[in-house]
Amino acid sequence: LCPFVLQLQVSVALREGQIRPTELCHRCLSQIEETKFLNAYITVTEEAAFKQAEESEERFKRGKPLGPLDGVPVAVKDNFSTAGIETTCASKMLQGYIPPFTATVVQKLLDQGAVLMGKTNLDEFAMGSGSIDSIFGPVRNPWGYSKQYRGESSRREDPGWLIAGGSSGGSAAAVASLTCFASLGSDTGGSTRNPAALCGIVGLKPTYGLLSRHGLIPLVNSMDVPGILTRSVDDAATVLGVLAGHDPKDSTTVQDHIESFELPDEIAVQNLCVGIPKEYHAPGLSSETLAAWTRAADLFENAGAKVVQVSLPHTQYSIVCYHVLCCTEVASNMARFDGLEFGHRSKMESSTEAMYAATRHEGFNDVVRGRILSGNYFLLKQNYERYFLKAQKVRHLIANDFLKAFSSGVDFLLAPTTLSDAAPYLEFTKEDNRTRSAQEDIFTQSANMAGLPAVTIPLTLSTRGLPISLQFIGRGFQEQKLLSVAKWLEKVVKFPLIELEATAGNLQDAPKHKTFTSAL
Amino acid sequence: KLVGVVGLEIHAQINSTSKLFSGSQVQFLAPPNSLVSFFDASLPGTLPVLNRRCVEAAVMTALALNCTINKKSLFDRKHYFYADLPVGSFVFSLFFFVVYSLFFGLFPLLFKNLLSPRQRCSTPFALHTEYGLTVHCRVQCRTHILVCVAGVGLVEIVMEPDMCCGEEAAAAVRELQLILKALGTSRANMAEGQLRVDANVSVHQPGEPYGVRTEVKNINSTRFLARAIDYEIQRQTEVLEEGGEVINETRAFDYKLGCTVPMRDKEGKQDYRFMPEPNLPPLILYDSKTLPANVSPEQVVSVDHIQEELPELPAVKRARLVDQYGILPEHSFTLMNEDGLMEFFQDVVKGTRAEPRKVIGWVINGLLGLLKLHNLPVSQSPISPSSLSELLNLLERGIISSSAAKQVLQELWKGEGKTALQVVEEKKLGLIHDREELEQICQSIIDGSQNEVAEIRKGNHKVLNRLIGLVQRATKGRADPVLVKEILKEKLVCNPRWKKKSINQSINQ
Repeated sequence: LCPFVLQLQVSVALREGQIRPTELCHRCLSQIEETKFLNAYITVTEEAAFKQAEESEERFKRGKPLGPLDGVPVAVKDNFSTAGIETTCASKMLQGYIPPFTATVVQKLLDQGAVLMGKTNLDEFAMGSGSIDSIFGPVRNPWGYSKQYRGESSRREDPGWLIAGGSSGGSAAAVASLTCFASLGSDTGGSTRNPAALCGIVGLKPTYGLLSRHGLIPLVNSMDVPGILTRSVDDAATVLGVLAGHDPKDSTTVQDHIESFELPDEIAVQNLCVGIPKEYHAPGLSSETLAAWTRAADLFENAGAKVVQVSLPHTQYSIVCYHVLCCTEVASNMARFDGLEFGHRSKMESSTEAMYAATRHEGFNDVVRGRILSGNYFLLKQNYERYFLKAQKVRHLIANDFLKAFSSGVDFLLAPTTLSDAAPYLEFTKEDNRTRSAQEDIFTQSANMAGLPAVTIPLTLSTRGLPISLQFIGRGFQEQKLLSVAKWLEKVVKFPLIELEATAGNLQDAPKHKTFTSAL
Repeated sequence: KLVGVVGLEIHAQINSTSKLFSGSQVQFLAPPNSLVSFFDASLPGTLPVLNRRCVEAAVMTALALNCTINKKSLFDRKHYFYADLPVGSFVFSLFFFVVYSLFFGLFPLLFKNLLSPRQRCSTPFALHTEYGLTVHCRVQCRTHILVCVAGVGLVEIVMEPDMCCGEEAAAAVRELQLILKALGTSRANMAEGQLRVDANVSVHQPGEPYGVRTEVKNINSTRFLARAIDYEIQRQTEVLEEGGEVINETRAFDYKLGCTVPMRDKEGKQDYRFMPEPNLPPLILYDSKTLPANVSPEQVVSVDHIQEELPELPAVKRARLVDQYGILPEHSFTLMNEDGLMEFFQDVVKGTRAEPRKVIGWVINGLLGLLKLHNLPVSQSPISPSSLSELLNLLERGIISSSAAKQVLQELWKGEGKTALQVVEEKKLGLIHDREELEQICQSIIDGSQNEVAEIRKGNHKVLNRLIGLVQRATKGRADPVLVKEILKEKLVCNPRWKKKSINQSINQ
């Protein structure tokens, strides 16, 4: 196992020659192999990773590394296009699809010398909150195989393995199981923060428009943002610095020049005002999460910050509006998958129309097809006003709720990320995807509706030894401030490092990885 | 009596080197699927980026058509499921320019050789992307899809139903073509599909509400547009007069049969399921007052800036031609409607002493007549402006008669490389100025036309023209008509003044 946990540490180690990029790459690849029962990766780009590591090593030898990410192993969710590397969205529709271009954010990582370990697992087309609806099988939460959890659970009946959260469950599990130092996820309604929270790592959803979406296979264009998953807030800031900024290929990115930043080590919180949104005391919130939330508020208050209750009155309508808007955009965006230009094409060839229908039926799972159907229903002329337009209006109100809270003097909001810690798969699957998405996205999707930045950090372990996380929601483009307070809390709570214990039992039903020879 | 009501929906391809939302090239007759970007092929993860050139072209066109331009436009998605539309939806701006334009109010249209003043023509204006083409191959039982043109920028122009017949609609489209070509915003060639015109045609009793309309498609020239509309008006009139009903349908014009036929319906009414395009921020246009100070002019589109760059529009140019050359307004239309004819005319005028109003007749009736007869464009005329100038100079200097000049023109048309003067000399077409020779000829005509001479002597001087004609026939049009008239009058008409003059001349000689 790699002796370094944080990207910040490993960067220094690489620079000082304590470890070589190829050695680091090798250790991470071994760790992927060790933990492959987690099913975090869809594709492991072993060969390409070694090549990149060798190139990085050359740069270090010449004393000219590219930047803080040079030689650092990373992973990317399999809904980011990667030239020469299969990009599946965990769907039959895109199985075997090899994009001819690379997503801007991935390219930026590669341009900085980061070493791409592979493409990570997700819910099909990022539609889900458990990373269980993937044609490659579900992702398992590494904490289910930790000493912390297993030690506790030995005293009770084994409920089976735990979900990683989703839809970026693979990216979260990859970082949490120490197979890489950072990963990219996507966050449309909480898909980065939710699995980060359940896997006990940092998950950053940047402001809409700060990071390019070019190459990210869309779920909801107006809410999607590339998300950053790391093991520390500082690491998230470093990756953000590399990725942020205008992209001519994405007209919705910021025009202004964005400076990268480092977070200070000494952070003063006494002049800050922390908002506690009262509507987030939702039914179903676990007592342990509530306790962690209260404790965090107390920590801020004790440190001299002002903690006030704020109201976001339209929160209760957010999830249903999110559902309408999500489905309409899905219906529109998914129209392109017709089996003609790329991806799966049905053998049914009796007519062009029959081919379309069969292709889409065979290629999409029930969740995707369900959202396409409802989306088209919402967009019908007779329904447009009742659903889509109304949801758009409520979206404005939700964004206004946040603006009002911030203009009342609140610097950021502190809220739970999820209702509780990670659920066992058997329990989670008692409800369908639609119900689970509505439950799991409850605290996260309103930041997407408003386009605001949010970051989740793990706070503590629950009594059964699983991470409990909280999120900060900040003003648009105030990532530096947001990450600073997150870093302050991170330092105060000292969340423990995962102690993985891979057992033979874990490995029995391990799914097989595909290794992919790429032209990278 | 039933009268026709015609409205037009026009799509003009924007003349731009790249597509509306991608960096792909635009080229006519490019090899199949050679001009497709990742965006055009609708690869997932690609995003539309608005092509600045297309916006500028649309703004310029709107300004030329005297439209009021919305300063803020939103982009909408419209959904289809056609294979030749790879994204399954396409982005277009629903509210790009909503305008009530007096575009045709500014100038008259030449229509049925009458100058008809146009009162009103509202033109809602939108920016679209082009579809691809679907080609069904019966032999292979395969459908090939060409997405080459998919994504090319289109300007949609709607002309309100206030035209009455095919010729009027054709005149409006020709005017639009001229404007688009003058602006360079579209090549506006109907045969190449850069300009597509669908006509909405109905008939009604004047003063009553409009009748049920049909939409006529598949028209690839203004000539066919006029014919298609007139056919459709005729057809609808007959249907109604026979007690039938006009059905709201789409019809195609069959140019071989010269009639419209119903098109197969596209599986009933479609719900396009519009939604705002989330990947494009609103398009903001600026003017010199609202232009933000800290933004470079390359980043924004300024309406005022484009206004300054508007070239001379056809109507203005025509007015200038009428004013400068003293030609008739109809002639200015003809000069502008033929590619290169105006330049040809101007070159001829430069090279000759002849009055422009005389030149115009030779250019339009002479040269253009020959070009039309042989179906040639001006650029391929065998007669150059300079040789026409030379010919007109010969005419002007009295070296040839105008009928001889017509013969020279025919000779020059053969394109044997001879100059007008060479033709005149070879064919002996020069005017006979020799008085004695002409007197002899005149005398022989007089001798052979006793009836006419008697008429003239009785005082019917009009008959003199018949004799002049006979002289010209005898000389193959080479006799100096002024001199011939003088001689004939001298010989036949008792006019003391004339006689005196003649005696004086004799004395002088």
